[in-house]
This record gives sequence, structure tokens and C-alpha cells, in this order.
Amino acid sequence: MSPSRAAAFKLPDAAPLFAALGDTRRLGLLGRLSADGPLSIRRLSEGTGVTRQAVTRHLEALGRAGLVRDARRGRERVFALDAKRLEIARQYLDRVAAQWDAAADRLKAFVEDTRHH
Amino acid sequence: MAMQTKQTQDRPSTDRIEKRFEVRAPRARVWRAIADANEFGAWFGLKLEGAFAPGRAVRGRLTIAKYDHLTLELQIERIDPEHYFSYRWHPYAIDPKVDYSTEPTTLVEFRLDEMEGGTSTAVTIVESGFDRIPLARRAEAFRMNDAGWASQAKKLAQYVA
Repeated sequence: MSPSRAAAFKLPDAAPLFAALGDTRRLGLLGRLSADGPLSIRRLSEGTGVTRQAVTRHLEALGRAGLVRDARRGRERVFALDAKRLEIARQYLDRVAAQWDAAADRLKAFVEDTRHH
Repeated sequence: MAMQTKQTQDRPSTDRIEKRFEVRAPRARVWRAIADANEFGAWFGLKLEGAFAPGRAVRGRLTIAKYDHLTLELQIERIDPEHYFSYRWHPYAIDPKVDYSTEPTTLVEFRLDEMEGGTSTAVTIVESGFDRIPLARRAEAFRMNDAGWASQAKKLAQYVA
């Protein structure tokens, strides 16, 4: 792995991903973006009974956790899901699980080896 | 060997892993391999300095090749003889230059259940609390391991690029 690649893994901040998810309104917004793709703040506010300002604040919190990205589309700000972070969290857990698999194998071999009884 | 990893299909947890497997030995024997610091170290690959006791922090140097420059600390939580053993630690604390002490820990739990009239033991290992570990730290786990994770790192690089 080249140094530039290695540097790419140093994510810009250590904001706890799941603190951003600890809010039903924000989870709802993620659900909408997941189901309907990139949406504007206007569309995300429609029919929710929540002001655009409040929706913007929630989206910005999700953005700081790296869960959504925003872009300008004409005069509108459009938000979309950013799956990278969830993917990192999932792959990390796969690594941890693999290490416990190996440790479990060693425990089993150790205990079943009669020389250790 | 039969190994189960529980994960909810529709929404996989990123917070915990669970392993359940069978060991062909009586529960008392398996318990000793887990709750005795010397025996724990023997299979885990860790030279521990001192016995396990609730509330105690036990340090040890890894004895696994390539990692034998690293020291881990197990903060022992609960010991319920022959049934349950738990400790906290800093997962993947594998960069000697980093002070992990201010970061959240994960909880590691061992549960033992008697099987087949006592000749066999079901071991359940749960590690939880990963969602509290900074994501940047979790991403670094891929960077820190040079050999085995090269392919994983490559995959990850495609995501980060």
C-alpha cells in the first residue's frame, strides 16, 4: 500500500458515527435518502411538519458524521447518502470477528489437548 | 469447526460480534483456560502480569509474532465462576505511538454452558461497544495491519478514493 493510500485511511475527524444516528428524525431522513435517492431540503421537509431550518440542521449533523453528502443543484442544496462510513464500520467488525475465530480455534485446541489437563 | 456468528440479516450490527462454539471438555476445564491468567495467555498469545480479579487491570505483552512489541491491558469486570467472565479493553490498540487510554473501550464476555451431560461445553464470546469507538480509529485498523489485510485495505481504498 502506497503512503498516499495509507494517508487516505486517516479520516478527517473522529466524530462518533452513531451519535448522529441517535435521533428518530435523523434516522427518518436517512431512510428517505436510502429509499428515494438524492433529495433537496425542500423535498425532505415536505409533509413532515418540520421546518426546513430544522431539517437542514439534522442533515448537517449527518454530514458531520460522514453519513450524507450535499451538493448544489441550481439554487437548491441536494443531499445524498454516503455509504463509505457504514462500510468501514462493517468491514472493521469483519476483521474483529476473524480474529475471534482464530482465538476460539486456539482456545479449543488448547483445552482439548490432554497435555494441558 | 462449527462456528456461528450472529448478525441480523436486514440490519447488520456494527456494534457487536458474537461467537458460539463447542469445546470437547468439561466446563470446569474450559473455565480454567479462560479465568486463569496464565492459561488465558497461553492460548490467546499474551504474557499477563498478574491474576484476574474483578476491578483489576491486568497488563500483558502479546506473544504473537509481529505483535510481540505490543502491550494490552484487560480491565476485569465480572467473574462468575464456571459461568461468566468479562473484561474491557481497547480493541485493535496496535499503534504503540497512540495513547488509547482516553478512548472508549469494548466489553468482552465469555459465557459457558454445559452440554451433553457435562462432557462438552458451549462457549459464547461477545465483544460489544464498537459503535462508540471513533470511526477514524476503526479505519486505522486496516492501515495498521500490513500483511493479512492488504486485500481488505485495497477494497477499502476503493471506497475512500
